[in-house]
Amino acid sequence: MSLHTEHELHKRRKGRNVGVGLLLGGFVVLVLALTVAKVTSGDFELPRIEEGQ
Amino acid sequence: MTDVSYQDQPHEAEASLGDYFALMKPRVMSLVVFTALVGLLAAPVSVNPVIAFASILFVAIGAGASGALNMWWDADIDAVMKRTAKRPIPGGKVTADEAKALGIALSGLSVMMLALSANLLAAGLLAFTIFFYAVVYSMWLKRSTPQNIVIGGAAGAFPPVIGWVIATGSMSVEAWLMFALIFMWTPPHFWALALFMKSDYDDAGVPMLTVTHGRRATRVHILAYTVLLVALAVGTAFTAIGGPVYLVVAVVLNAMFLKGAYDIWRRDEDAALADGYAVEKSFFKLSLLYLFLHFGAILVEAVLPAAWGIWT
Repeated sequence: MSLHTEHELHKRRKGRNVGVGLLLGGFVVLVLALTVAKVTSGDFELPRIEEGQ
Repeated sequence: MTDVSYQDQPHEAEASLGDYFALMKPRVMSLVVFTALVGLLAAPVSVNPVIAFASILFVAIGAGASGALNMWWDADIDAVMKRTAKRPIPGGKVTADEAKALGIALSGLSVMMLALSANLLAAGLLAFTIFFYAVVYSMWLKRSTPQNIVIGGAAGAFPPVIGWVIATGSMSVEAWLMFALIFMWTPPHFWALALFMKSDYDDAGVPMLTVTHGRRATRVHILAYTVLLVALAVGTAFTAIGGPVYLVVAVVLNAMFLKGAYDIWRRDEDAALADGYAVEKSFFKLSLLYLFLHFGAILVEAVLPAAWGIWT
């Protein structure tokens, strides 16, 4: 049952799976970065902290 | 999706990640990214870099999605034309159904994410652009009218408007000027390609102007559109997105472009055949540089406002 030799097909599948994994991971990081950017900046501008407050 | 495809396809034809990426027309995507970025940076509103990066990425994914849908719909004619015969579907690497699924999924994802990262108007414009390219152009106009390129060119002209709207949340004359630049540039660009790709569109039954109205009429049309484009492109120098750098670039490039269009108009098929369509091919190459440098100049004007502050 076990595969003794790695077919070129398996390499290609592995490459595709790793690629999809990296893309999904990148998407998660991007959404996180977007969230941080959104909550720390008001309406596309950095928050203006008024002096004396 | 992938499990089914494993069973449906012979192992030799199994697609790699690169094949799926090729479905998204990466060269078109790069132009979309560039023009959308110029639109975003030319806008008089600064955008958080993370939000700007993410938004442009989602526009690129939307463009890629419409490319995949176009390849799904046009797989039959892509197989006939030399220029497109090696695309993933006619090349046997990806099935048409997979392309359709990828296109629909990425369309939804890109529009939804752009709405979250930027605003609803930008997302709506992206959705309209995808619809326009995949449905209005690919499914309807491309195979029914010689004006396919003229009207379909609007799809490629939307990215700078989307970029502008990402930044400002609204549209303005400047954004539509950038739209008009690409819109007017598209017909001469593709008609020059149609002239030297000779029988491709004929074989595929696509009613390009060369097929329906002849090559002489196509040469006349190239010159007419170029004259209009030159007026528009040079005139843009005197608007808010123009300036001295843009003016110099526009004058030089438009002189070259007009000369190229004139040369195409002046000669006949015999002369073109004699030198292997050298003039048409160089005009096509120049057209790529033309668009890139015009938007590059708009970008320079946008990011170096202090250096050119006297020009308003």
